Amino acid sequence: MSPKRGIVVSGLDLPETVSMQASSDNILSAVRIDKGFPGTKALDKVDFHLQRGEVHALLGENGAGKSTLIKCLTGAYRRDGGSILLDGVDVDPRDTFDAQRMGIGTVYQEVNLLPNLSVAENLFLGRQPRRFGMVDNRAMNRKAHELLSQYELELDVTRALASYSVAIQQVVAIARAVDLSGKVLILDEPTASLDAHEVAMLFRIVRRLKARGLGIIFITHFLEQVYEISDRITVLRNGRLVGTRSTADLDRRDLIAMMIGRELAAEIRAVQPHAAEGEPRYRFRNYGRRGRIDPFDLDVRAGEVVGIAGLLGSGRTETAEVLFGAHRADSGTVEIDGRRVELSSPRAAIRQKFGFCPEDRKTAGIVGDLSVRENIVLALQARRGWTRPISRAEQNRLADLYIRVLDIRTADREKPIKLLSGGNQQKAILARWLATEPEFLILDEPTRGIDVGAHAEIVRLIETLREKGMSLIVISSEIEELVAYSTRIIVLRDRAHVAELGGERLTADQIVEAIAAANERRAS
Amino acid sequence: MKQKYLPLTATILIFVLSYALCAAQYPNILSTRVIGNLLTDNAFLGIAAVGMTFVILSGGIDLSVGSIIAFTGVFLAVVLEHTSMHPLVAFALVLAITTLFGALMGVIIHYLEMPAFIVTLAGMFLARGMAFVLSIDSIPIKHPFYATLKGLYYKLPGGGRITLIGGLMLLVFAVGILIAHRTRFGTNVYALGGGTATAKLMGVPVASTTVKIYAFSGLLAGLSGIVFSLYTSAGYSLAAVGVELDAITAVVIGGTLLTGGSGFVAGTLVGLFIQGLIQTYITFDGSLSSWWTKILIGALLFAFILLQKGIIHLSRDARQRA
Repeated sequence: MSPKRGIVVSGLDLPETVSMQASSDNILSAVRIDKGFPGTKALDKVDFHLQRGEVHALLGENGAGKSTLIKCLTGAYRRDGGSILLDGVDVDPRDTFDAQRMGIGTVYQEVNLLPNLSVAENLFLGRQPRRFGMVDNRAMNRKAHELLSQYELELDVTRALASYSVAIQQVVAIARAVDLSGKVLILDEPTASLDAHEVAMLFRIVRRLKARGLGIIFITHFLEQVYEISDRITVLRNGRLVGTRSTADLDRRDLIAMMIGRELAAEIRAVQPHAAEGEPRYRFRNYGRRGRIDPFDLDVRAGEVVGIAGLLGSGRTETAEVLFGAHRADSGTVEIDGRRVELSSPRAAIRQKFGFCPEDRKTAGIVGDLSVRENIVLALQARRGWTRPISRAEQNRLADLYIRVLDIRTADREKPIKLLSGGNQQKAILARWLATEPEFLILDEPTRGIDVGAHAEIVRLIETLREKGMSLIVISSEIEELVAYSTRIIVLRDRAHVAELGGERLTADQIVEAIAAANERRAS
Repeated sequence: MKQKYLPLTATILIFVLSYALCAAQYPNILSTRVIGNLLTDNAFLGIAAVGMTFVILSGGIDLSVGSIIAFTGVFLAVVLEHTSMHPLVAFALVLAITTLFGALMGVIIHYLEMPAFIVTLAGMFLARGMAFVLSIDSIPIKHPFYATLKGLYYKLPGGGRITLIGGLMLLVFAVGILIAHRTRFGTNVYALGGGTATAKLMGVPVASTTVKIYAFSGLLAGLSGIVFSLYTSAGYSLAAVGVELDAITAVVIGGTLLTGGSGFVAGTLVGLFIQGLIQTYITFDGSLSSWWTKILIGALLFAFILLQKGIIHLSRDARQRA
């Protein structure tokens, strides 16, 4: 780890990179790409060169222009200016399918295949082999099998895609894209929903494709993965090119500096918070729900952040949902300030001044078509009930307040929330719960899928809330981050609470050890 | 067994079971006569249900079917009464009209991004209204060619008859199965049902597929109308009210997911047979009110929706365990 203290890289404006002119090794070159939207300039004369047989990481904060650049390359957006050269030839893809046919394939974080079709149909949709005018299913299945065996996958290709894990679906998507396009592969956050083992599998495949001479663009938020897999890095910021570097020559500090271009806002705090004093406000006893999370005891004091650590599938989200009443506990009791309460539903929990920011903000958090303002007042209105509507003036005041306090970047409060970037959506959901002035706030992966700058701001916000006396439960897969702001950490394994760490023992090593120890017990 | 076959298997199981139960009580129900009549009586519904299967598989709905059947019947009756046009020419003409009508609805659904429910609801009123414009009376069709067509049948051992329209329905099912499972268009229909946005990203020609689906449904609704006019030898603008709902019922009982993307054309045939069997049983019984058909079908429909919900839950659990 880099030192946690004193990472101050303010005003570090790195000199412009030596412009890589279109050399013969470039499989894809984007030259002076311009793209504007009403009110904003999303891309400003951006240059990007991808070589044959390299993995090229494309990085930047949310709103930096990564997605816009990718969409211009794949034809999803029409660029306003500049040119795209594929194999030295000027191309102008009309849409993503057109781009695919030219040789530029894309695989997205949310697998863009059809879950109801078979694996083989997904691979060959639109180009199924035919005999006598009819689709030759046998030939298609055989070809699908052959194709996937190149990726070390032995599947029943006639089964529906949905019956396989996300990681396998991801590989199928890659196989389709490479088979269809074969020159450039764009991987847009492919690892966001994969566990470590699956990421390793994906990277093996990426390395093999690289050896075959494909140019691979890799977009991610995980900087470790950038260093593990990429050969070069291009950083965008505010729609402009910051620079392109060789990964080996760029250390992490400089990379972060390139990405956020300003003082790294309290990246990780140096001083650990003292354990909160006093009696616990919230006492959960023998609390659990069969099949989701084993019964556990949990005490939370005012002004305390309890972190929840564990591997994917260990019961982190399940714990949060049971605490909030989203899944009703079938055993145990809750006391708040010594008084027995029932948390049988989210409504009941909200009445006890609970708040919950779920992990998957797209499906469980935001209401995409409603405005930022409406999303922010949603939970508050729900708590007040429909008989006491919040006046428009009050709604405006609240929305403006949180847009300002949390620095939510939006043109105005009436913009549909789905048009905001991920980090800003996350902040708006946070604002929704803060507007209800909760005393007990559960945050499930509050920093997932958001950029470094927004990340630091959310970490700082957790601090502030804790200092104000709020009780927080924070779930995160980033252990270093949990250690930084938690007063105690609960370690989960196999849907059970296996350890509680506090004080001296609150270190990343201890957590890893606790997870590993639980594993060994299980193995023996 | 693969999960996608589960609803179809359930349908077939229910059909075999209920058929066995009926046969135990009324052995005559096994005769080829009854089977022949089952095909003839449900021919128009079956043909319309094949079109409906494609629409529902793609995630849409077509409420105009019943009205198009009525329009077709009235159109044929009026044309054959007032002109000397040969019925075959009239058939071709009316099929062209209904196909075009369906295609037009598809165009509106796709290009104006309107929900299929609303567009086809409008189509339903429009087609019914057009039938009224042509004639408000029930017009008998006395053309000799109709008598010839009705006289065509294949005699089964045991005295049963596969009539022209019963056979036509089976043919339409066969063609439907082939299109659904052995053509690119068929896969594209399933693809639309899986998610239009994704299908588009994967290069499925969404516009042409949508238009073709509704055109196909219109074509089959027109064919169903011709069959209906052969069956009743008349055209009446108030005929075939609610047939689209019966067709939807056959599709859903046949194991096709109402949200699209999953199901089989063959399942619709079994769903149709189950409906026909209930009606036949009530006829055999003689003392039961015909409303029992509706009640039983309602209960079955509900059971199937529950079954589908259960399967979705099961698959989700299975994936979580994986």
